[in-house]
Amino acid sequence: MTQSELFIQLLINGVTLGSYLALIALGYTMVYGIIELINFAHGDVYMLGFMISLTFLGFLGVRGTLGGWQLWVVIFGVMLVTMLCTGLINMTIDRIAYKPLRRAPRLAPLITAVGMSFMLENLGMIWKGPSQILYPDIFPAFDIPNGLFGLNTMVLFTTKDVFLMGVTIPLMVVLTLFIRRTKMGKAMRATAQDREAAALMGINVENVIRTTFFIGGALAGAAGMMVGLYLNTGRYLMGFDAGLLAFTSAVLGGIGNVTGAMLGGYVIGFLNAISDQYLSPEWTRAIVFTTLILVLVFKPSGLLGERTPEKS
Amino acid sequence: MNAFRVLSLVALVSLFFVLAACAAPTAAPTQAPPTAAPAATQPPAAAKVIKLYASWPMQGSMIPEGTAMLNAAKMALDEANSQVAGYTLQLVFLDDASPTTGSWDGTVEANNAQKAIADEQALVYFGTYNSGAAKISMPLTNKAGMAQITPANSYPGLTKKGYAAGEPDIYRPSGKVNYFRTFGADDFQGASGAAWAKCLGFKKVYILDDRQLYGKGIADVFEKKAKEIGLEVAAHEGIESVNIDFRALLTKVKASGADVVYFGGLVDSGGPQILQQMDSQGLFKAGVKMLSDDAMYTDAVPAAVKPEIINGNLLVTFASPALDQLPTDVGKNFYKNYKAKYNADPIGWSIYSYNAMLVILDSIKRAAPKLDAATNVTAKRAAVLDAMRATKDLPGVSGNITFDENGDPTTYLMSGFLFKDGKYVWQKNISGDMKCQ
Repeated sequence: MTQSELFIQLLINGVTLGSYLALIALGYTMVYGIIELINFAHGDVYMLGFMISLTFLGFLGVRGTLGGWQLWVVIFGVMLVTMLCTGLINMTIDRIAYKPLRRAPRLAPLITAVGMSFMLENLGMIWKGPSQILYPDIFPAFDIPNGLFGLNTMVLFTTKDVFLMGVTIPLMVVLTLFIRRTKMGKAMRATAQDREAAALMGINVENVIRTTFFIGGALAGAAGMMVGLYLNTGRYLMGFDAGLLAFTSAVLGGIGNVTGAMLGGYVIGFLNAISDQYLSPEWTRAIVFTTLILVLVFKPSGLLGERTPEKS
Repeated sequence: MNAFRVLSLVALVSLFFVLAACAAPTAAPTQAPPTAAPAATQPPAAAKVIKLYASWPMQGSMIPEGTAMLNAAKMALDEANSQVAGYTLQLVFLDDASPTTGSWDGTVEANNAQKAIADEQALVYFGTYNSGAAKISMPLTNKAGMAQITPANSYPGLTKKGYAAGEPDIYRPSGKVNYFRTFGADDFQGASGAAWAKCLGFKKVYILDDRQLYGKGIADVFEKKAKEIGLEVAAHEGIESVNIDFRALLTKVKASGADVVYFGGLVDSGGPQILQQMDSQGLFKAGVKMLSDDAMYTDAVPAAVKPEIINGNLLVTFASPALDQLPTDVGKNFYKNYKAKYNADPIGWSIYSYNAMLVILDSIKRAAPKLDAATNVTAKRAAVLDAMRATKDLPGVSGNITFDENGDPTTYLMSGFLFKDGKYVWQKNISGDMKCQ
C-alpha cells in the first residue's frame, strides 16, 4: 500500500465513521438546544436501535446477503420500524425520567440521564448478552475501484460505504429542511431561543420537546441499524463508546447547533481515523479530547455555536 | 420531630446494609453443591482425618467450569478411596463467588481462607480459580503456614518478580513459598505462541492487546520472544476494548505488510470484532492470519462472527493438549475414567485440578511419618507443606510434575489449535523452545 493509497483509505474511513457519529450527535444537540440537557442516555438509544433492528431481521428470518427488491424492502421496512421504536423509546425516556424534573435544577436531570444510560446498557446486556453480537451481513459488499473501474488498488471502497453515506447524509438533509421549513421546525427553533416566550406565543412547548426527543431517538435508531449493516458487529456497550464520541462531536460543533453537530461528527471521524492510522489507537481518545479542549479554550461556543447570553 | 424521623430512617437503612453485608459471605458456603463433604459429620477417629478446603466460583457462567474442576478433583480422591497412609481425606468445597454479583468476591475469598485456617484438621487450601482471588488468600495461608495449590491461576506476578512492585513477596509475609500451581503462568503461553508463529513460517507480526492485566501481559511476553527468535514485530499497540470499529487500525495493519496479527486479550475485549473486520477489510483474503491466546479458545468466538470467515484464519494457543490425545498413561486413564464417571468430556481446567489433587495426595503420603509424629496443627501443616515443596517427577496427566523454587511447574504443555470446519482443531504441541521440523 502506497502512502497516497493509505491517505485515501483514511479519508474513506473518516467519512464513514463521521457519518454515523454525526447522526448520533444530532440527537444530543437537538435535545440540548431545546431543554439544555445533555441526554447521556442517547448513545444507548443508538445501541437499542442496533438490537431492535437485529430482532426484526431475526423475525423476518434474514441471515445471508440479499439482492434486488428484497434488499431494499427489508432494509427500509426494518429501518422505518426501528426508527419508530427508538423514537418512541426516547420519548418515553423523556416522559419518565426528564419531564418530572423540568423545573428542577439542571444537575438533577443530568444525573438522571446518566442513571438512565446505565439502565439501558444493562437492559441491552440482559437482552442480547454481554459478548459480541453478530449482525447479519445482508448488504452486498462490491469492491468499486477494482470491480467497476478496473483499477488495481488496495484501497477498499465498497457498495457498503456508498450505502452508509447514501442513507445518513439524506437523513441529515431532511432534518435540516424540517427544522428550517416546517411549522414544527419553527416552533422548535422558537422554543430553543426562549421557552417561556414561545409558550406565550401559543406554542405547545411540551409537544415540541416530545417531537424533539422522537426525532433524536429515530435518528439514533437509524444510526444503530446502519452500523449493524455496515460493521456486522456490535455489543451492549457500543452506545457508551459511540455516545462519548458523538457527544464530543456535538460540543465541538457548538452544542445546540444542528449544522455544527454534523460538522463535529465528521471532524471527530477524521481525527479518529488519522490518530488510529498515524499514531496508535491508545492515543486516539487523548487526541480527540485534546482537540476538544483546545477548541473550547479558544472558541468556547464550539466551531459553529453562537455565543448566547446566559438565561436568568 | 422531623430530624428524629430522618435520623431513625438513616439508622434503619444503615442497619439493613450492615446486615446484608454480613449475610452475603456467610450465605456462600450454603450455596455449595450438596455433594461437598458436610463439615458437621465427624468420623470416630477424628485425629486421622485431613480436610482439604477448595475454593473457586460456582455460580452463573462459572458453573460449568467450576463443576468440571471439582469433578476432576473428586475423581482423583475417589480413585484413592479418600485414604492416604491411614488418613481419611475430606474435601470441603467453598464457593468464593458473591451471591449478589455471581463472580468471585474478595470478601468471600478471605472468609473461605480464614475458615480453612481456623479448622484444625485442614492442612491444604485448594484454589483459587481467579488470580485476583489468589492475591487475597495467598498472604493468609502463607501466614498460617498452610500449603495452597491452584489449578487455574495464570497471573505470573503471583510467583515471579518483574510484574508489579513488591510481587511476589507481598504474598509471602512469612518469607517462605507455600503456593504452588499445576497450571503454568501466562508467560509460558506468550513465548510458546511466538515460537509456534515462527515455525508456521510467519515473517512479520502485528501485536495488539486489550491493555488489561492478562492481555497486555501475554502480548508483552510474545513480543519479547518474537524479537529473540527473529520474528519481525511491525508494531505493538493497545486497543480500546469497548470500540467496535477497528477499520482504521486494520488499514494500518494491512499497510504494514504483517502476515499475522497477534491478539492478546479476552474474548469480550474486541477479539471477535477484529476478526470480523479483518475479513471485511480484506486481510484474510490477502493471507493474513490471526493468532491469539486461550481466552479466544471458546465457542463464543464462532458465535460472535460468521464461522466461515475464520475457517483456517484463526490460530489459538491453549494450555492443554487435545484431551483425547493426552501423552501419558495417567492422562489416557484420566480421560477414559472421567468420561465414564461423569458422562461428559473433561475441560482444560479439569486436567490441572486433577493434577493438583494428585500432588496433594502424594504430598500427604510422603509427609505421613512426620504427620504421625506431629503434636499440633502447625507442625502438621508444615509437614505437608515441606512435602509439597519437594514434589518431584510425580506422574501427572500431561507429564511429570516438579515444582521449581517459586512453586511453578518446571514443565508445561501447550498446544496450538487452528479453527477449521467450524471448530478448533488440535495441531501440535508447542513450547517456547520448540524446534521447527
